[in-house]
Amino acid sequence: MSITSDPAPAPSSPPETAATAVRTRPRPHIVVRDVRPESRGWSSWVTTVDHKKIGILYLYTTFLFFLLGGVEALLLRVQLGLPQNTFLEPEKYNAIFTMHGTTMVFLFVIPVFAGFANYVVPLMIGARDMAFPRINAWSYWMLLLGGIVLYASLFFSPPEAGWTAYPPLSNAKYLGSGGIDAWIISLHIIGLSSMLGAVNFVATIFNMRAPGMGWGRLPLFCWTILVYAFLIILATPALAAALTMLLVDRHFGGTFFDPTEGGSALLWQHAFWFYSHPAVYVMILPAFGIISEVIPVFARKPIFGYKAIAAATVAIAFLGMLVWAHHMFSTPMSTVVLAFFMLSSFLIAVPTGVKIFNWLATLWRGTIEFRTPLLFSAGLIGCFLIGGISGVFLAVFPVDWQLTDTYFVVAHLHYVLFGGSVFGIFAGLYYWFPKMSGRMLSEGLGKASFWTILVGFNVTFLVQHSAGLDGMPRRIYEYYDTSWTAYNFISTVGAFILALGILITVLNVVISLKRGPVAGPDPWKGNTLEWFTASPPPENNFDLVPRVRSVEPMKDIRRQVEQETGAPQRFEAGRPLRSR
Amino acid sequence: MGTASHILAGILIPERGGSPNADDIAGLYTLILVMAAVVFVGVEGALIWFMLKFRARKGGVAAQIHGNTRLEIGWTVGAAVILIFITAVTFIKLGAIKNPAASDIDANGNRVASNVAFASTDQPDPPKGASLNIDVNGQQYVWRYKYPGFDDYVYEEMVVPVGMTVTLDIQADDVAHSWWIPKLGGKFDAIPGYTNKTWFKATKAGVFSGQCAELCGRNHANMVARVRAVPFDEFQRWSDQYKKDIQAARDEGARQREQLLQSQAASE
Repeated sequence: MSITSDPAPAPSSPPETAATAVRTRPRPHIVVRDVRPESRGWSSWVTTVDHKKIGILYLYTTFLFFLLGGVEALLLRVQLGLPQNTFLEPEKYNAIFTMHGTTMVFLFVIPVFAGFANYVVPLMIGARDMAFPRINAWSYWMLLLGGIVLYASLFFSPPEAGWTAYPPLSNAKYLGSGGIDAWIISLHIIGLSSMLGAVNFVATIFNMRAPGMGWGRLPLFCWTILVYAFLIILATPALAAALTMLLVDRHFGGTFFDPTEGGSALLWQHAFWFYSHPAVYVMILPAFGIISEVIPVFARKPIFGYKAIAAATVAIAFLGMLVWAHHMFSTPMSTVVLAFFMLSSFLIAVPTGVKIFNWLATLWRGTIEFRTPLLFSAGLIGCFLIGGISGVFLAVFPVDWQLTDTYFVVAHLHYVLFGGSVFGIFAGLYYWFPKMSGRMLSEGLGKASFWTILVGFNVTFLVQHSAGLDGMPRRIYEYYDTSWTAYNFISTVGAFILALGILITVLNVVISLKRGPVAGPDPWKGNTLEWFTASPPPENNFDLVPRVRSVEPMKDIRRQVEQETGAPQRFEAGRPLRSR
Repeated sequence: MGTASHILAGILIPERGGSPNADDIAGLYTLILVMAAVVFVGVEGALIWFMLKFRARKGGVAAQIHGNTRLEIGWTVGAAVILIFITAVTFIKLGAIKNPAASDIDANGNRVASNVAFASTDQPDPPKGASLNIDVNGQQYVWRYKYPGFDDYVYEEMVVPVGMTVTLDIQADDVAHSWWIPKLGGKFDAIPGYTNKTWFKATKAGVFSGQCAELCGRNHANMVARVRAVPFDEFQRWSDQYKKDIQAARDEGARQREQLLQSQAASE
């Protein structure tokens, strides 16, 4: 018997109290009534303040930027596929890697989690919307504006100082064209967008949780979004300050970063990394949160060590504020400072390891369903582990003197941001797509996409470790050394395999939006409250918000319904999840 | 170990074989690599094993376990112990990597005993006096070097005597660059307004190449550097010749200026 076999009750269900509705019905029911018809049409997307629609807008926008950033990556890989290639001129190459890095960090990975969180956090905590719906809409439109400002520079002179934009190179004396200015203004706008979003998440999670949902029952994804929001609030002002100083230096006679006038070029690096290292955790913690939701659902086990994982999230974020200068080990710094940042970086490995061990322990003795979201979650553990381990090498500052600013670092950061974040994002996409669209993604295409991405990703980036160890610096548009040719050629081939894998998921989404099987409210037999409502949920999410008695409220609801009606609700291992 | 690490250098471990600090970094790296390999195989092995062994079968029942405090403490301590070990080894090896070693030759090129111990805390001079200090200056897009006693810069190729400890003062005039010859040790950023320091001691004759490692503009990829290590006598000959060449070039310049002035005076 399937949970989806009964249609959701019509808005005009009989006049019974909400409490009896839950108690007397044979299975979790969607209790929705007195709902105004939703506004439809394109204008509803422009005027909406509904967290779900805003979430969808975020997701479409950020995935579009992901594809743009991916095309840029392919252009870079084509240029590097052969030594002394002339596919791209140096200024174009520099512009493209600047756009690639900026796009992926600021326009994809950071805001895509705002998209997921917008959609599912209110649902997971049993709220009817975000705390400040209009601010929510504002933060989305600011993101889009920031993206347009950055990409408009393509038609004039794009920025070409890298996504880190170190002065003096980024000063007007060396890069006088407007590209850097577009980059500064764009990051200001995007930073404002993510600050507004962050404040909203904090307010929502603090104030709008369902009755009974104490901090010990908050879903782990919401924990990570809460920490994500705090990190954004704490770190982004440092970036905003640095950007403003750079703008003043460039146009208004400032000398913050000009050593000839008593400024310091290192000041920028400190301020920039004071933001951008916490930003790494902004980009990875929500991915950890997603797989902390996905793994227990598909292993059919409670998450192992809920408190340890939540505490590790907070610990990683706290320590993440104290490690920024490990990006600067080769700058002039005293040994004491080097040692401090090495040790603080090491400390982060401990809570990160704790998370990995807890996920493995969750899989242990489970009944693991090999569905696409789970595969991407396992892929995250497997690939992120490599990025975590290479991070330990980089944290040892004498070793970092050899590795920093080489392709070893490029490999490391992609194992963290692709192997970690993007695998988590794809796990989330496959996991929540049925909730958002009401339709299932194809499992066949999903699995094909996963394996292609896994192979393509590792072919692309594993050899880059060796290229770096062999002395290849990053951000070079051409190379002569023929011992680097093989590494680069393999990497370029891998990039196209990876692109194919992503294309399969794009295709899957396009096909399934129209033709995917209808999902029903709870296709995975999930643990959290977003599965307590229809797919897609009505505008007000829930008519009735149940009392939460554990970290897995949907399991409690299913058990209660089963006890009261005798209709089996629990998942049975080895059976298809949906009977149709 | 010697041959194996030569083959693996540039594939699994950093470049080595030019200078003791590069060798020490590669040694430290190798040690971490061994520990990393154990962790990697353990975790990936557990992941794949659990995925296969506990995949859903008909009638399977998942164990409803919520956690285990002892396990949590155990793996927290376990991870910490590995990191404490790496920290200890790093600081044991740090002196040899960071502090300049004693030269194998004295200021006249004669061999000296190489096992002289020394101790120092902050940025010491190499012991026993015999060393060569070179100012390295990066600018878009060329590396240039100022030798003691030279009136002018040497460009792109740095010539040093084998066995002599060379200390470098690294600076930049325009944007940030990064000095890096992989076989001779780690990279050090050249940042305008700062002086960065490193050292190397070429243990054999040969040409060691590298390039700028910090994005410095459009032709960052073309900002190459070479260190040519030669026997002491040859270094002396090169040094004398270079000084002569600089002087000759100056004299020639002066002569041409003089000529120009005279011809100007004559035409007036």
